[in-house]
Amino acid sequence: MKDVVLENIVKTYNKGAVKAVKGVSFEVEEGELFGLIGPDGAGKTSLFRILTTLLLADLGRASVAGNDVVKDFRKIRNIVGYMPGKFSLYPDLTVEENLRFFATVFNTTIEENYDLVKDIYSQIEPFKDRRAGKLSGGMKQKLALSCALIHRPKVLFLDEPTTGVDAVSRKEFWEMLKRLKAQGITILVSTPYMDEATLCERIALIQEGEILSIDTPAAIRDSFGEPLYAVKSGTMSALLADLRGSDLVLSSNSFGEYHHITFKNPGSTTVEGLRQQLISRHPDLKIESVHPTVEDCFIKLMGA
Amino acid sequence: MTRDIVIHTEGLTKRYGDFIAANDISIDVHAGEIFGFLGANGAGKTTAMRMLCGLLTPSSGKASIAGYDIYKETEKIKLNIGYMSQKFSLYEDLTVRENIRFFGGIYGMNDRDIKIRSEAMLDDLGLLPEANQLVGSLPLGWKQKLAFSVAIFHAPRIVFLDEPTGGVDPVTRRQFWDLIYAAADRGTTIFVTTHYMDEAEYCNRLSMMVDGVVKAMDSPLELKKQFGVKSMDEVFYELARGAKRGE
Repeated sequence: MKDVVLENIVKTYNKGAVKAVKGVSFEVEEGELFGLIGPDGAGKTSLFRILTTLLLADLGRASVAGNDVVKDFRKIRNIVGYMPGKFSLYPDLTVEENLRFFATVFNTTIEENYDLVKDIYSQIEPFKDRRAGKLSGGMKQKLALSCALIHRPKVLFLDEPTTGVDAVSRKEFWEMLKRLKAQGITILVSTPYMDEATLCERIALIQEGEILSIDTPAAIRDSFGEPLYAVKSGTMSALLADLRGSDLVLSSNSFGEYHHITFKNPGSTTVEGLRQQLISRHPDLKIESVHPTVEDCFIKLMGA
Repeated sequence: MTRDIVIHTEGLTKRYGDFIAANDISIDVHAGEIFGFLGANGAGKTTAMRMLCGLLTPSSGKASIAGYDIYKETEKIKLNIGYMSQKFSLYEDLTVRENIRFFGGIYGMNDRDIKIRSEAMLDDLGLLPEANQLVGSLPLGWKQKLAFSVAIFHAPRIVFLDEPTGGVDPVTRRQFWDLIYAAADRGTTIFVTTHYMDEAEYCNRLSMMVDGVVKAMDSPLELKKQFGVKSMDEVFYELARGAKRGE
């Protein structure tokens, strides 16, 4: 069964002047961990708000666990958990009061579903009497996730849960998501961090309201479709300028300690040709063949 | 080669009661250097950065920024630095030109300089056709590039960048770093925080803060050697996972 279905969703703002979502379609299977990957302004939040019945689309159809987002919005609200990108809990209530409030609204108790949130909530439980507004960013994030889970939702919507979060906490957060998935919860999560894409089962790359590609991370990386090389020397900024000036090179982008390049006419003679062009200015030049990352694919699709 | 030291701190510390937000920070940053200031959430980066910008008085320690004392000459510090973050950038309901004029005026530039330099800057950015549009109507990527250019418009000696590329698309993120390199080549010192570990590689040197303390400081290459790992991601993980104070 499909837990999320979007068919040709269009959403505009300011009387059509701002086209936030331009005909987006995709499906998320029951129990799947699905990632919506794209920068700010791609339309991710509009899609989340349409699916959680907080916003009406201009055109198109959408459903969650078989319920139409327009006709069956009440049913949807009972079975989904939503963690918005912006902290939306009650700052004047304590940690425990917030959690109890959300449990009560959904006709349940903290005790009934404690096993589901225990993993996350136990980390902030020592601060259960602190007001939510006084928590640090990481603790707010954990409380928001606990509140989104306390009624044991069928589908969980997480809008940029890791934005502004450091690399270690991000890793921990994704481990938590894997454990929730193992409990059978369907998860739709968005992120602007391309490196998180590989932690999802399937991903949709989205940019300016349009889907660039939908597939497993591995299949997206395989679809890059041309040889990619990593190039390095002692003077990286000069090297980038030289690569951009070379008649052999098609694209060149910085990737951490390497520049990733593609060739107009790939082949071993071209690699050798580039080495000859650069070796006098970059005696310590290294060129090696590499596998494309999701970010390589995103950049290529943006230019297409 | 000796280069001017534009950021110098010795034992810089900020206490809030029993809590030591920033503990005994000693760093030197040179003119034209791209210095990455990394750390886990809650490590004390913001506190340290606010002290360096002259916005927060330290509890103890010494520091001079662009040659000015961090206790007595905070107003002079503010005139000689630029600042931008993902959150605070420009006024959305002013036009591109109005924003430039506003910030140029704030930093005490005269009308003539503002006029000459803003045309050159807009030309460099390819933003001349949009000069009279409201900033709110520009795509996010352009806003961030414009915000950076405005932050260095008054030719500050140092620019502080607090997660400048958060949420920006991968192509714009790289164009943004092109702007950073160009500014550094002109001698501007770049002091930058980021959660993107590939961007850590673009820094000449960087420091890693854990629980208020600078735990490591070196070039990306040396740090990787020191920890015997292949990527900055792993260096960060090695250092930050020991953090007690997580946010």
